[in-house]
Amino acid sequence: MSAQPATRTKVQLPHWLHGSVQTGFLLVLTLIVLAPLLIMFVATFQDGNDVIRRGLSLDIDRSSLSLDNYVMLFTDSGPYFRWFANSILLTVVQVAGTLLVSSFVAYGFAVYEFKGKTALFIAVLLLMAVPFEIMMLPLYVLVNDVGLADSYSVIVLPFLAAAVTIFYFRQYFLGIPKDLLEAGRMDGATEFGIFFKIVVPVAKPAFAAMAILNGMIIWNNFLWPLLVLRSESKFTLPIGLNTLLTPHENNYELLIIGSLFSLLPVLVLFLLFQRFFVAGMTAGALKG
Amino acid sequence: MVVLRRLLYSQKAAPYLFIAPFVITLLAFWLLPLARTFLLSTQEVVFGQAAFIGFDNYQRLWEDRLFWKAMFNSARYMVLTIALLIPVPLVLAALINSKIGSERVKAVFKASMFVPALTSVVVAGIIFRLMFAETGTGLMNQIVGIFGLEPVRWLRIDTGGLIALLALAMWRWTGVNILYFLAGMQSIPEEYYEAATIDGASRLQQFFHITLPNLKPTIVYVTTISIYGGLAMFLESFMLYRGNSSPNDQGLTVIGYLYRRGIEQNDLGFASAVGVVLVVVIMTINLTFLTLSGTFKKESAQ
Repeated sequence: MSAQPATRTKVQLPHWLHGSVQTGFLLVLTLIVLAPLLIMFVATFQDGNDVIRRGLSLDIDRSSLSLDNYVMLFTDSGPYFRWFANSILLTVVQVAGTLLVSSFVAYGFAVYEFKGKTALFIAVLLLMAVPFEIMMLPLYVLVNDVGLADSYSVIVLPFLAAAVTIFYFRQYFLGIPKDLLEAGRMDGATEFGIFFKIVVPVAKPAFAAMAILNGMIIWNNFLWPLLVLRSESKFTLPIGLNTLLTPHENNYELLIIGSLFSLLPVLVLFLLFQRFFVAGMTAGALKG
Repeated sequence: MVVLRRLLYSQKAAPYLFIAPFVITLLAFWLLPLARTFLLSTQEVVFGQAAFIGFDNYQRLWEDRLFWKAMFNSARYMVLTIALLIPVPLVLAALINSKIGSERVKAVFKASMFVPALTSVVVAGIIFRLMFAETGTGLMNQIVGIFGLEPVRWLRIDTGGLIALLALAMWRWTGVNILYFLAGMQSIPEEYYEAATIDGASRLQQFFHITLPNLKPTIVYVTTISIYGGLAMFLESFMLYRGNSSPNDQGLTVIGYLYRRGIEQNDLGFASAVGVVLVVVIMTINLTFLTLSGTFKKESAQ
């Protein structure tokens, strides 16, 4: 690019200057984007009532900073770690279930011809783009009718065959050579044996990407659990934190430090497996 | 046993066993509940007793001032988020994709932009609620103060609340949209740019004549998910206003209204009518997009 002949009369910034202006601009934006989290982090050292009354602020009384909230979090945070454990349990179970069921379905779509395939696959494509919000009321009515409110099973079951995940796996499976599957049949493997012994090991990167995507969505899942869960002992982190926002609870220290602490697992996974996050997040756009 | 063995080895039966979970999900958790909602929308439900009232709920809906207010709020939010969340990430992605500037800074920038997307709407909502505090000490009011302006009572006024919602949306989704656009940009063949450079096209010209046209599928996709994401917005408002009520219902969205009538007030018939209208709107957009983008043709050709 630098060898480009100066055919235009327009004045152009020297290359190195242009580069540093751009770099400076991106650095400023980075700071702005991270600022809310950084200021929230500083607030974890402040008095909770103070933060709620004054708002998140750059104007900080340094003498008031203390580690009290951290001590509180680990010694006297009531149900917080119960919610944390619930969130971990639910995320692990639901991610495992979704990967298994959705990859299973995707395999059916990817390698076989059968009656009704096109219609069913169009249903997958349509469901991919339906926001959960519009199914909120129908599902809520259904759950109340069958009397399954306040249970984890209704949080998990409707979403095991997840459209986006099915679509992603199907694209991946389409790329697996048919010869590989045929070889398995020659060796006398059942259709399911082929799936588990040949396809799953080959598709590990796809499983990783979808584990991350689903894990993030489920860890942060709020609306459906909010409608379903009733007892505090079953709350997940987002539901529990939301209850702390009410003026009656008055445990604002836990609200602030607990909010930030709930980001930790996702943040750690992100730092470790950034490329799988990218692959997972852009899964839907592969259609193009 | 023999039947089971035959089943396990059969390539005819296998596909149905593989896709069975999807068929069951589709029937039990989508089609039946949807049919039920449609049925409910033609009924008046009082203490669990349903009476058929035809299209009265739709009639009420049509004449309901609050429903239209909610519709307006959702549509306004959708239009503004699209107006912001397409061009801004597009330009930022182009900067990341350009050959100038420090690669390391670009990598840090890209990763940092994605971090807000890792937060739940609950945590993000709590943070933004506190940033947009109406006291003079709140972060946003401190910034406003730099320009010599009086503190703004952000969440008490319509424009202030809207700005807070848009800021929250920008914060959480800019990084994700950057990833979409970057993925699209990286699939454009390098030769296009080399040829353009030889022809003496400036970087700006290259952006408008090579990058943008080649990104069309990505832009269409991002626009479409933003349309229903925008129309279905609820939780952001729910968190910012600490619940489903806001001053003068300035933060009420269609889903918020559905939540209020169906879940808070238990008026299932009316809420179902709201839901049906929304399903029809969203499915129409959906089908239009899939048809226009040629996805159906591509899929049936495979």
